Amino acid sequence: MEGRPSWSGGRKPFKATYGKLMMWFFLMSDAFTFGTFLVAYGLVRFKSDVAWADPEAVYTHFPLLHEWFHVEAPLAFVGLMTFILIASSVTMVLAVEAGHRMDRDGVVKYLGWTLVGGIAFLACQGYEWYHFIIGTHGGGGLDGSIHLLDGTVAQFFAGAEGMFAQIMNGDFAGTIMTIDEGQVVLSAAYEGVTLPEMSQLPELMPVQGYENGWDPRYLSVVEGANLTVNQYSQNPSFANFFFFITGFHGSHVASGVLLNYIVYRQSQNGTLEKRGHYEMVEKVGLYWHFVDLVWVFVFTFFYLI
Amino acid sequence: MADMENPYEHPDIHNHHDEEYGKKARKKIWRVFWILAAITAAEFAVAFIVGRGTFRNVTFILMTLVKAFYIVAEFMHLRQEVKSLITTILVPLLFVVWLVLALLLEGGWYNGGWFGA
Repeated sequence: MEGRPSWSGGRKPFKATYGKLMMWFFLMSDAFTFGTFLVAYGLVRFKSDVAWADPEAVYTHFPLLHEWFHVEAPLAFVGLMTFILIASSVTMVLAVEAGHRMDRDGVVKYLGWTLVGGIAFLACQGYEWYHFIIGTHGGGGLDGSIHLLDGTVAQFFAGAEGMFAQIMNGDFAGTIMTIDEGQVVLSAAYEGVTLPEMSQLPELMPVQGYENGWDPRYLSVVEGANLTVNQYSQNPSFANFFFFITGFHGSHVASGVLLNYIVYRQSQNGTLEKRGHYEMVEKVGLYWHFVDLVWVFVFTFFYLI
Repeated sequence: MADMENPYEHPDIHNHHDEEYGKKARKKIWRVFWILAAITAAEFAVAFIVGRGTFRNVTFILMTLVKAFYIVAEFMHLRQEVKSLITTILVPLLFVVWLVLALLLEGGWYNGGWFGA
């Protein structure tokens, strides 16, 4: 190759194989995709004229602690998810290292642990999405919110006398209802009007009375989140971005698990050993580390800031 | 297969590492793991100790960039690639940085925050 003119081919300016180079270029384009998503998220959050959700009040569920002891653990679960993904990145790079030594058993062992980590992460994300969607009531912190037709939102809080709801913005500030033995009781001007149990409320509930500058004829209790409303913020974009960005990342994890499984099988049955090198492990490894990298950013911008 | 000339393969691909090299590599991997774990733990401490504000956000972003550096440089081995490949991958990402700055500057228009008038 030495001494040949630059344009006659046969040179490898990047000193990398075709497959690895293309994986790098793909990941760069994927970084653009995730980058623009997160920048869009930042812009919408920054320009939001209503309060954005407080992550420490939203992500408080930890398996078993929540179900058995009703203990809130802000951000603890997402911290565990981060740890799982970083650990699976470590086992992946250990598999790549074993591949460099043609250590078939090592590759199989560490790819196996990487698979376990990936599947565990997906299971955690399922748990988190479930609780994000169904929401909470009855505990502390954010317990639900009432969306009024004019766009104002009243949020439930656990108080000394049980649950009560307040409208924190708009023309009216004060307690509008309490919850007594599962019954929502409108207070002050709405005394005597009871609503069915919160969880059984239809989406729109007509209520008598019209005071204080807002129209309470239609009242709905929102728990959890969907693409239109969510209990965490008046801005539906909060839940939309959560579903979209963590969902897009989760689908990356899922396809990563699939790729890892294919290469795991290829290592196990000796295909890669016969090929004479374990470069496939390096290539799916690059993808897997990238998925970890994206999560590091999602973790910061969604859960910390 | 191994002795067949494959035009898409770099000949170095068949130069395997020995156990001594692997030992050093594994030590490095675990060192990076502890660095990443420590930064993540520190992020938690900051989340509960430091109050909301620009200082905290800047701290988080800097910690994130340090973590990103270790993942890309050490786990993805970008550090071991040739300079032309490193710049080819990293320089285009300046466009994302540009987008962040552009939207911060323009986005200030919405509610007169940060850089906006």
